[in-house]
This record gives sequence, C-alpha cells and structure tokens, in this order.
Amino acid sequence: MRLGSGAFAACCVVIEVLGVAVFLRGFFPVSVRSAFRVQPLPPAPEPAAGMSSNWTQLPPPRFRKVVIMLVDGLRGDFVFGSKGVQFMPYTTYLVEKGFSHSFIAEAKPPTVTLPRIKALMTGSIPGFIDAVMNFNSPVLLEDNLIGQAKAAGKRVIFYGDDTWIKLFPKHFVEYDGTTSFFVSDFREVDDNITRHLDNVLKREDWDMLILHYLGLDHIGHISGPHSPMVGPKLKEMDYILKKIHISLLSKEREASLPHLLVLCGDHGMSETGGHGASSVEEVSTPLILISSAFQRKSGNFQPPEHVQQTDLAATLAVGLGLPIPKNSVGSLLFPVVEGATMREQLRFLHLNSVQLSRLLQENVPMYEKDPGFQQFKVTEKLHGNWIKLYLEGNNSEVLLNLGRKVLKQYLNALKTMSMSLSKQVGQYDMYSMMIGTVIVLEVLILLLLSTPKALCQKAEFEIPLWSSLFSLLFYLMVLVLSAVHVIVCTSAERSCYFCSVSWLMAVGVMMLISALLCVILCLLANVFENVKLPAKNSAASGSSWSGLDLLILFGTLGHVLSLGASSFIEEEHQTWYFLVNTLCLALGHEICRNHFLGKDFDHNLAVEGDFQKDTKKVLQYRNDSVDVPEYDKVHKMSSLELPEGCEKWLGLATPWLILICCRLLRSFNQTGVQWAHRPDFGHWLTSSDHKAELSVLAFLSLVMIFILVQRRCSPVSKVAMALGLLGVYCYRAAFGNVFLPWQRDNKDISKGIIEARFVYVFVLGILFTGTKDLLKSQFVSADVNIKSRGLWEIHSGLVLLAALLLRPHNLPVLVFSLLIQAVMTKFIWKPLKHDAAQITIMHYWFGQAFFYFQGNSNNIATVDISAGFVGLDHYIEVPAMFLTAFATYVGPILWAIHLLSFLSSENNSRSFCGGEELETEEKTENSVGEWLDKSLDVDVIEYCCVVRSNEGSSLGETWEDTSELMESEQEFSNESRLLLLCSDMFHSCVCVHHPGDISTLPFVYMECVFSKTAL
Amino acid sequence: MKDTDIKRLFYAHLFCVFSIILTTFIPSLFLEEFSVLETHLTWLCICSICVTILNVALYLLVKPNPSSKRSSISHKISRVLKSCVYFSISCLLYHAIIVLYGAPLIELMLETFLFAVILSTFTTLPCLCLLGPNIKAWLRVFTKNGATSIWDNSLQITTVSSVIGAWLGAFPIPLDWERPWQVWPISCTLGATCGYVAGLLISPVWIYRNRKQLTYKSR
Repeated sequence: MRLGSGAFAACCVVIEVLGVAVFLRGFFPVSVRSAFRVQPLPPAPEPAAGMSSNWTQLPPPRFRKVVIMLVDGLRGDFVFGSKGVQFMPYTTYLVEKGFSHSFIAEAKPPTVTLPRIKALMTGSIPGFIDAVMNFNSPVLLEDNLIGQAKAAGKRVIFYGDDTWIKLFPKHFVEYDGTTSFFVSDFREVDDNITRHLDNVLKREDWDMLILHYLGLDHIGHISGPHSPMVGPKLKEMDYILKKIHISLLSKEREASLPHLLVLCGDHGMSETGGHGASSVEEVSTPLILISSAFQRKSGNFQPPEHVQQTDLAATLAVGLGLPIPKNSVGSLLFPVVEGATMREQLRFLHLNSVQLSRLLQENVPMYEKDPGFQQFKVTEKLHGNWIKLYLEGNNSEVLLNLGRKVLKQYLNALKTMSMSLSKQVGQYDMYSMMIGTVIVLEVLILLLLSTPKALCQKAEFEIPLWSSLFSLLFYLMVLVLSAVHVIVCTSAERSCYFCSVSWLMAVGVMMLISALLCVILCLLANVFENVKLPAKNSAASGSSWSGLDLLILFGTLGHVLSLGASSFIEEEHQTWYFLVNTLCLALGHEICRNHFLGKDFDHNLAVEGDFQKDTKKVLQYRNDSVDVPEYDKVHKMSSLELPEGCEKWLGLATPWLILICCRLLRSFNQTGVQWAHRPDFGHWLTSSDHKAELSVLAFLSLVMIFILVQRRCSPVSKVAMALGLLGVYCYRAAFGNVFLPWQRDNKDISKGIIEARFVYVFVLGILFTGTKDLLKSQFVSADVNIKSRGLWEIHSGLVLLAALLLRPHNLPVLVFSLLIQAVMTKFIWKPLKHDAAQITIMHYWFGQAFFYFQGNSNNIATVDISAGFVGLDHYIEVPAMFLTAFATYVGPILWAIHLLSFLSSENNSRSFCGGEELETEEKTENSVGEWLDKSLDVDVIEYCCVVRSNEGSSLGETWEDTSELMESEQEFSNESRLLLLCSDMFHSCVCVHHPGDISTLPFVYMECVFSKTAL
Repeated sequence: MKDTDIKRLFYAHLFCVFSIILTTFIPSLFLEEFSVLETHLTWLCICSICVTILNVALYLLVKPNPSSKRSSISHKISRVLKSCVYFSISCLLYHAIIVLYGAPLIELMLETFLFAVILSTFTTLPCLCLLGPNIKAWLRVFTKNGATSIWDNSLQITTVSSVIGAWLGAFPIPLDWERPWQVWPISCTLGATCGYVAGLLISPVWIYRNRKQLTYKSR
C-alpha cells in the first residue's frame, strides 16, 4: 500500500495517541468508588441469629460538638518530636497526660492539599489525577462527611483555606475563606481565621467547626521546616488549641454529651519544605483526638500508633452518629469508641465492616476469596450469636469473653479489608500499560524505519500491509495474543481496564498489534536486503556529517539520556539553555568560516547577487543580437567584486545577538528547583513598586511585536493586528497590571472582559483569513503562495493570542522569540542553506528553550492557570483548558507554526526554482530544436542536458564539480565555459557536448536565461 | 624527521601532563590547608601560571617552527606585547561566553574570570606560542585539512579537547548530589583540565597512528 508522507504521519499519530491513552488508563488508577450514588442505603441492621434484632437505626452520636483544627503542612515530628516539646507545650501535655488519643496518620501520595482534604472527608483515596484538579477544585460529589452532617441537620462552620468552600459550596452555615495563593503571607492567613474564634466559641448554634490554618505550610514553602519562623508559628497553633480546648471544656455540662477536638495535618513537608511526593516526612502527619470522654493517659507515654489518614472519616462519622461515607476505605479508630458498651462497640464495628465489604464487592472481582471478606462473614455470624445471647439476658463472663473475641475478629477483618481496598488504588493496571507500551514502541520503530524514505525526495512510503495481513505470522500472532488476553483476563485478581472492554475491541487491538509487528518485520527484511548493496555509499556519506549535524544529533540524544536522572528533569531548562547556546556558537563558527575562509563560497554568492544585473544585460544583448565576448568581459568584471557592506557583519553578529537575548531571557524567569528562589527580573517587574516600568516595557514590547509581525501580513490583518495589540494593552490596564497614560488613578479594577473579548474578535478574524487562504490553496487554486501566506496569517494570529494570554512581564519573551525567528531566518537559515531536518531540529530546540524562558518547568505548580480565565467571567471548562494549554505551550507552538510557515515559503521558492528549471529545460530543448530545424546544416548539438544540483549538496561542491569539469574538458571553448559558469549560478549546469558551431551557444544560454528571468 | 618530531612532541606533552599533576601535590608542601577543591582559586592560579611558564619554556627549547627570516629585537618585543594583548582579549572573550552560557554576572566574578583564564591558558596560549599573534594562521589551522605540521595537529586536538572538557564539565552542576566539586566553577575547570590532559596524551598517539595518512602541504 502506498501512502503519502502526510497520510502516513497522520496514521502514526492516531495509533500513537491510542497507545498512549491505553497506557495512561492503566497508569492512573481509578479510585475505588461505590456504584450506588443516588439512593442512600438504610443502615445495616444488627446481625442476629434466629430472631431479628430491634436495633435497626443508626447508633446515637457519641459527641455533641466537634472542632477539627487542620494545620496545613503539620509534620509528625512537629508535635511528637523535639519541636513539639519545645514549642507546643500544651499539646504535648495533652498527648502525654490528657484525655486524648494520638496517632500518626499516614497520608497517601500525592501529598497535596486538595486530595488530602478529600481523603479526610470522604475516607477514599484520591488518585494522582486529583493533583491536576488541585487548581480547579470542583464541587465534591462523592459521599462525604460534611454532606452527611448537613443531611442530618448539623450546622457546620468553616474558616480557612477556600479550597474547602469550592469543594463544599453550600454546606456551611457560616464560612470565611482565605486564598492560599499568596504563599509569601504567613500572618494574615492565620489571623483571618483566629479573629472569628472568640465569637464562635461563645455561641451554641453550631455542631461542627472546621479550621484550616495555612501559615505553617507557607513558611515551609518559603524557608523549609527548620526555619526560625516555624517555632513561633507552632507556638501560635498551640495557643489556639489551648484556647479552643479550654472553652470546650468550660461548656461541657454534666448531662450533655462530651465534645471532641481533633488536631490534624493534611500532609507533612519534606526537608526542603515542599510536599507532593511520598517521602516519610511528607506522608506522616499527627492526628490527635481530645475529649473528656476518653480515658486519661497513664504516666508512661507510648509512641503514637500508625494509622491511615482515611480512618478519620469513618471515626468521625461514628462519633457523630452519621452513616459512614460510602467510598471510605478507612477503618474505625477503635480507641475512640472504647468507652461505649460492648453492644455499641460491636455495632459500630459491624457498620464499618458492612460498608467496607460492600465497597469490596463492587470493586474486586474475586471478593469472595478475599481473606478479609471471609473473616467478616464468619465474624458476622458470631456477632449474631452474641446478640442472641445478649437479648436472652445472658450476662455472664462467657458473654463478655465471646464479645471480646468478636471484637478482635472484627478489628482484624477491618484491617484486612481496608488494606486490600487501598491496594486497589495503589496498584497499576500492568496489563493495559503493557498493551499501550507495545503499541507506542511499534509505531516508534515503524517511524524510525521509514525516516530514510521521508528524507528522500518523493516522500512516499511503501507499506507492505497486504502482504503482511495475509501472512501466516499475522494469524499466529493474533491467535497467541488472544489466548494471552483470555488467560490474563480470567486469572486477573483485580479489575483491569483492558479486560473490561468488549471482546470485539480487544480483538481489534490485538490485530492492530500483530499487523504492526508484521509490517515492521517486512520493512526490516527490506532494509537488510538493501543494506548489502549500497554499503560503500553509506560509508562515504558518513564522513560528510558536519559539526553542526553532530551537535544536533548528540544534543538531542544527550537530552533524551539526561532525562534518566531526576535532577535533570527538575532542571531541564538548564539542559535546553546549554544546548541552545552551544547551537548558537556552532552557527557562529559556521558563519565565520563561510565569511572568512570560504572564499569560493563568497565568490559564488557574489556571482549570484550580480546575477539580476547580468541577465538584464544579456536580455538586451539578445534583443540586439550582440555577440558574447562583450558580455563575457562584463561578467568577469562583475564577478571579481567581493561583497561589501553591513550584510556580512550583521550575519556575523547574529549568533552573538541571539546569545545575548538568551542570557537576558534566562534572567527573566528563574525556574526549576535548585535556583528557583533566585531573584529574577520577572518578580522585580511584577512587584507593585515597579508598575510604571512594567507599563513602559509592556507597551514597547507590544510595539515591537507589531513591527516584527506586520511584515508578512496582508493590509487588513495589519490593521487588525494593531487594534488587537492596543486591545491587549487596554486589557492589561483594566486588569490593573499596567497604567494607562490618561488614567493615572485606577479606581475600578475590573476583570477586563470586554477588552479581552475585543482582542479575541481580532484573533479569530486573523485566524479565519489564514484558514481561508489555506483552504483556498488546498481546494480552489494550486497556488503555493497563498498557502504560505495563509500560514503566516495564522502565525500572526497566534502571536496576538499569545500577547493577550501571557502575563505582562512575559511580553518581552514573546518579542525576543519573534526577533530571534526573524534574525535567524534572514541571516542564518537562508544564506547558509541548512536542510529541512536541521532547521526542524533547531526550531524544536528553540521551542523547548522558550517553554522554559516563559517561566515554566516540569513542576505542575508553574502552570499559569490565570490564562484560562482571560475574557471569561466564570469558569467554563473547555475554553479555559484550551487557553491554559496554549498559554503554557506558547513557545513550542509559536516555533512549530513558524517552522511550518518558513518551510512552506522556502519550499515555494525552491519548488519555484525547480519548476523553472524543468521549464527551462523544455524551452531550451524546444527552442534549440526549432532553431535546429530552422538553421540548416549541422547537428551541432547532440544533446542538451540539465544537471540540477542535488538538494543536499551545497553550492560550493557544485562549483568545484563544475570547475573540475572545466579543467578536464579542455576542448570547451570560452563560450561554453561561460555557459557552465553562468548556469552554475542556478545550481545547474548546462553542458553542451561537441560544440561545433559556436554561435549557437550563446543562443542556448540566453534562451535559458530568458526563460528564467521571465518567471 | 617525522619520527623524531613525534618523539619531541610526545616528551613535551608528557612534561606538561606531569607538571599539571605536580601542581596538585607540590603546593601543599609550602602552603597550609591547600587542596584542589577547597582552595580551588589558588590551585587555578598556580596551575595556569605553571602551564604558561612550561609552554613558553618548551617553545623556546623545542622551537617547532624554526622561522627562516631573522627578526629584530623590536619585532620580537612587539610580537610578545601583541601576544599579551591577544591573551587578555581571549580571557575577556571566554569570560563573556561563560556569562552568556548562564554564569552569574556579578557574583562569583573572580571565579568565572579565573575559569576563563585557565581556559585561555589551555587553548589560546599554545596557539600564541606555536603560531604567533597571527589570526590568519589560527583560522587556517582550525579548518579542515588546514594543519601544516604535526604541531598544528596536536594544537587542534588539545584545544578542542579542553573546550569539550569544559563543556562536559558543566553537566554535573544541576545534579543534586551536593558534592564539593559541583560548586561553580570547579567541575568546569576540572573538566577543562582533564580535557587538556587527555588531549596532550591523545595527540601524539593519534599522530603516530595516522602518520602515514598525514601529508602536509607546504605553504
């Protein structure tokens, strides 16, 4: 089957996306969910053997009021370690001597606030995908503790991180959110919460109070866990805890139920102060439950027990007399209910086990074999027996012992079931991942095998699809893979995505895999057959690699290899800056060599430059039918001139200019991990003191953008561009980032929605014109010029969009990007005649470098989400996602589109040339033929051939070849030499053998020149 | 002729290598608390001075390019002065390139400059010794097939290898190993030194192995 390069690439991309999707589906485990979402289940009745128990309602609450004090980033050893003793004396006293139970709660990664809040309140384990959603916390729809409390008519009050308010928008009777966006603020965020405390603690009209303190986490982010600021902050937290505790104690009356105070952290912090990963410091958080209902601690202090963070949801639900959230994988913290009667204790444990076993049934295909589930079934029976005995009024030692036994078994079953549920979340779906990997690898190999064909002229691929589809190997492979599929799916212990798709789909994927494999094998066989023949040629071509080629090859390979080390991923920007700088130096070297040493080269250029002049004269000569020697003189004179002027020096200065630009850009945005805290120009600009400077800079940048972009636009889009850029400035002024000259006092900081939409109109307009041109070139006329014009229009439209979305201090980055593109095009790519592969890789490198120049990094926290809200008055998912993605990848996208436009316009001029040459050939032959017909006697010209220089070979080589030819064929007359010389200027040489009648030659030559210049 | 030349080249290079190795040991006898990593700047100065002296001395001793024409003393002095100017220009140029590569502009200026100095010592100085302050000759040597003697070949190899060594030396900097030699600019200077030493050792071997293919046009 024959495929064009475009169709082939499209097929590869589609299959690649499929493979990646399958892989990701396996890599991101789906969190354990209960299917029953709508109707709440009635609470499980108490099991009873023989007679039915009369206790079907939920057990009554054990606590009247609950205060949850969540301290963001509170690490285990801040409370239980030496810091706790030093800075949190009251808490330490409570932990060691008071009415409290303390645990170390393990948080599951990702240790980021949003997933942790979800885990605390639903008891489920959010997946890694929730870390992405950390920015845009949508309403929590899952069954959770707050929702249950609201349904039960409890009044919940919340103060603290506004993530909670986004998660539970209508659940709190009273709230005050603090944004966690300003990390550099330690004091305000916490004072904002504490100021409500006195008032709230006095009142009686609430049942649940949640406080989320952010200050500690901010200190950690800025200066790490050993910062001198941590101590005072812990002291402050200790003081607040003391205040709450004393106030709760004072309000406890004899008759009413006791209160519960919970101190916990959502995640810890690493030794550098960050969090998100799964190191011990990050996952260990303290969990302290304080209530007068608990036993006072005896003297000897034991180290706190390790529990899961998810256990809190179940415990609080039981404590408040609420149903346990359905998706909770936690088990009840038993010490909390130790004070209850034996029947109540067993009831609590039973409720918890029933909930877990339901979850197990829904998520694990072979749940009956699960040891936890079996144990639960046995225990439930035993529990029933116990209830029977209890209801019969048996009140002996036997009952007590039996009760204890049931209790122990329940606890064991809970632990086992909780473990196996957590495993469900923590494990990857290896089978789907492997299928995905195989598909991706096969496509990769296919692409690699077809690269040589893509680089050759025809750009067509012979895919041996049909022969491989009918081969025996294909059917064998399909059979084997299907068998493997059946075996894997029937023996799988856990749910597996790829097993759950319909068998038709599965067989389809298997066929795809085997077909790809067969195609690859066929291609490999072809390659090996071909390799034997041109072995000599390959050796010769290997030595022709220039230094630039080597740099590009080893740089790209080296970058790929460097990703094996995590530091190089964190500091990937350093790799790119380094490579781009080296590339610039290598280009500088190449330019130097061409200017100072390649005299021949220069000579060539000079000749080419003078060509226009010459041809005009030649035309005149032709018209006046003047003979050649005169022209010969003229030409020789002109060819002796060497190029002078600034062009050359500008070319020499270009790499240094780019280097300086890169150095400036590097200090614009510090990124990465190790040096991210270094002061940079971007921060300096964005601070409110330097608003005037930012305004001037933004304005200048917008003007520069206009100057750089307008060259290639049509007049209409020039106007649109200018208005659009003006709109961008107005938008930034309305947003409060920059000043408007006529409006010094900006009172109203609106969101600038009108201005942004104004710009969007122009962006869409320019993009529309570009697309129209593209479509026209595709369907209506075959004019390639229109195509490249359309691409340039799209390029400028995207530049306008980027100017709108990028933060104002990043506008210079955009300017530098455009500047480098323009300069490189003019002085490097065009004069040095790099081939398409080199230019593509250079664009790729620069695109990657600009991704980091923008201030991005491989850390998800550097994604600028504010770009998603430009021109939108509320969050709309699709445009916000698109805009955020575009703003993040502005650098690579702009360089990619520049590459497309550049290559297409270059291709134009080249194909133009090529087409001309062909035409020239025809015309020459025709006219020569005609002339021959007309002129009488001789067959002077045996044949006329046009040897076009190959695309790859540089001008110099052709020149040498020609001069060699000239040297060797001494019988050539002056005129034929002239012919060779001049035709070489078009990268072609017309060699006329056996020049009998000399007067014919100039005619042929001029014919050739004429047809060239005519076009 | 050729074999004796190669021998001389080999001994000269061996001498350079030993002197560089000695700079790491000898100063600790005279200076207290000297070590290559901790008092890196001192070592850099010592090493670059040592290499300079050795290069000049070897040049005067070996005289690889016996100049045919007699030159006056004033001419010689002007050549020496010119060489000094060229050397300082090359130091500044290297400094600029290193800053463009991302070295801090204001802080650690001395460190960066010493790195530039040692890089110049490894690359520019041999060029000045062998070719004189003559840019055209330099450009000739550093093009394809531009070498006219084994000295030119060895110059090509040592220069390129020390630059590549410095280039590769920058790679360990972002790694989070927290080693003392990852501090700027130690890894780069060590890389440059290792590259230079490797170049010194490789070039006689390479020239010896390729001595049949190496034919020099007399210019």
